Amino acid sequence: MNREDSDGEIPSETTRLMSDSNTREENGVLSVETRPINRHGNDRPQRERQQQQQRRESENVEDEEETLQYGAKHVIMLFVPVTLCMAVVVATISSISFYTLKDGAYLIYTPFHDEDLPDTNTGTKVWQSLANAFILLGVVIVMTIILLVLYKYSCYKVIHGWLIISSLLLLFLFAYLYLWAILQAYNVPMDYISVALLMWNFGVLGMMCIHWKGPLLLQQGYLITICALMSLVFIKYLPDWTLWVVLGVMVVWDLVAVLCPKGPLRMLVETAQERREPIFPALIYSSTIMWQTVMAADGDQPEGQKKKKKSKRMSEDSDGVFENSSSAVQNTECASDSDEGGFKDRSPRARNRNVEFNNSTSSTQARMMANALTNQDGPEDRIQQRNNNSSGNNTQADTDEEQEERGIKLGLGDFIFYGVLVGKASSYGDWNTTLACFVAILIGLCFTLLLLAMYRKALPALPISITFGLVFNFATKELVKPFMDSLASEQVYI
Amino acid sequence: MTLMEFFGCTFIAFGPPFGLFVFTIARDPLRVIVLITSCFFWLLALLLSSILWSAVVPLKQHLAFGLVFSVLFQELFRFLFYKMLRKADEGLHKVSQQGQDQHVTPKDISNKHIMAYVSGLGFGIISGAFSLVNVLADMVGPGTIGIKGDSKYFFLASAFLTLCFVLLHTFWGIIFFNAFDKKRYVYVAVVVASHMLVSCLTLLNQKHNSQNYLGSIIPAYIVLVIMAGLAFYHAGGSIKNVKAACVFNRSNRYDTN
Repeated sequence: MNREDSDGEIPSETTRLMSDSNTREENGVLSVETRPINRHGNDRPQRERQQQQQRRESENVEDEEETLQYGAKHVIMLFVPVTLCMAVVVATISSISFYTLKDGAYLIYTPFHDEDLPDTNTGTKVWQSLANAFILLGVVIVMTIILLVLYKYSCYKVIHGWLIISSLLLLFLFAYLYLWAILQAYNVPMDYISVALLMWNFGVLGMMCIHWKGPLLLQQGYLITICALMSLVFIKYLPDWTLWVVLGVMVVWDLVAVLCPKGPLRMLVETAQERREPIFPALIYSSTIMWQTVMAADGDQPEGQKKKKKSKRMSEDSDGVFENSSSAVQNTECASDSDEGGFKDRSPRARNRNVEFNNSTSSTQARMMANALTNQDGPEDRIQQRNNNSSGNNTQADTDEEQEERGIKLGLGDFIFYGVLVGKASSYGDWNTTLACFVAILIGLCFTLLLLAMYRKALPALPISITFGLVFNFATKELVKPFMDSLASEQVYI
Repeated sequence: MTLMEFFGCTFIAFGPPFGLFVFTIARDPLRVIVLITSCFFWLLALLLSSILWSAVVPLKQHLAFGLVFSVLFQELFRFLFYKMLRKADEGLHKVSQQGQDQHVTPKDISNKHIMAYVSGLGFGIISGAFSLVNVLADMVGPGTIGIKGDSKYFFLASAFLTLCFVLLHTFWGIIFFNAFDKKRYVYVAVVVASHMLVSCLTLLNQKHNSQNYLGSIIPAYIVLVIMAGLAFYHAGGSIKNVKAACVFNRSNRYDTN
């Protein structure tokens, strides 16, 4: 059963979000260091000059550092992928009947499925869905613990093999099923050779992007695709009521696993932190932007001067090695476009580094990088290095590069369950419910990020969102829908 | 044909709001967040009115009852959202800053009309979506409207009324927020009264009122124009400004938003 592996593993990565890391690259040699959020904590002796400058500059922004925020932009960087994932699921559910059709096939974790029969009484439904949900939860717990144990004892090869196999299954098998369902739904004939070619290209590219290297944008796209496929599988193969109960149970499990002192996911994160290692890229969506900031260390720059000037100057100095990718962007709100543009430019290496720098923070699958530099450097101050390899040790002789990682990480599990909730809501055919769930999930995500900004530790992203989503789903379905239906059919507007 | 009608009605109802969203909201993360939060507040208002409507069983057949309370709840939640926004000003200030210009208040915060506009549009978009989206889903077909003696303008009227309400909510948001900021409470009353008026006018659309669409759409659009003028005035605009904008195009620009 191919489903087993992937099912057990993906949901186990229910989420966390977390904060703050700081890494740097010196003269092309990667070294990674953890620094506290407060950048004064950086005490590397050979960086004295830079530090002094940093200190001076940071004095006037010290207050703001205390309230260092994950700017609104970061929230949007999560909104977009979450919205995309949900949109894919909803579009599929409402246009392809394959995923809502109960054809008697179920996951083997849910052995009880009398509940979908029309004449089942409520008692049976309740105990069966509870039993199913707890079996599924058990599988998730066991898988998480296996992952934790493997990680504790540094069996990286095993973990990587596991992840590779499961993503292989998702990318090839589930994507093939998806394609098959689409072709069938739209009655499009396609020969096996084309399909094989298509699947091979799609799958291999995906494997490379996720596990090896590739543009960040492409990797993000693939992760979203995987989540959407996984959500669709859950929606199709879980019985109706089991699915709702599973969502509820996952909320609790997410809370326990991330927040309990001995919670497995928390331990996983802490171990990763101790080892200063990244967490496996196949488990988290990262909105990370890697910025190459040049801290000018030459003395002729007046201290109080705006860094923009410096960085611009540096970019000229370095003679085209640097690309001031966002200098055109005046206000930060516009930056996202150029961010993406930057990613495209930044070549495979970027992802590689991205993986390598995912250390130093507090949780498994999601983390927020808040670092002090962000307070000083607006987007226009950041210089992206286009070519990291060749970038010269010479061109940066008198500059220190500051590798800056900002962004939020969200576990794929969260994407999956958001998708499941919205997809299931839309499978009843009422768009109002879908919309309500969508808004509720986004608001929940906002709240989570707000809490994240306050507590700065790994937080579970499921509880608030899914709770809001569940409440709004049922409230809309039972209460709002009749009201809105009668209003709409009478064309009365409120 | 049904598909054409679907696209036509979709673009009538959501074209202008979509344009507003793309050109004024989408590029600014803070505004997107405020928009979604205001959507959420409208949802809460709707939920509350639905609960009331379902709870009072004897009046369930009379939509007028649900409508009146729904309007009141919406305005109440608009007020709550206003309160929350003003409380969150400080926080928004921090969040909206992304590094540079630490001590410069961003435009979104200093110009209070922007957030008023965004929240108004949020109310409008979600209310428009909720009233039309299921109709749109039915519109794709299969089926034909008007065979059994109903008006064949059902969809078109729905789309135009939805557009009207989206824009009305936007203007109401601006007027309402400014009225509280400037303590000119009479305009709060104007907003509530006009909301009630337009909503009650749509009762004319009901089947037993022979679906008299012109009776509701024309006054609704008249109110829309009045509200647009009021909102423009509240946001600092005046006839003089308009003239100035026309004449000295390069030197004098007023951002009324």
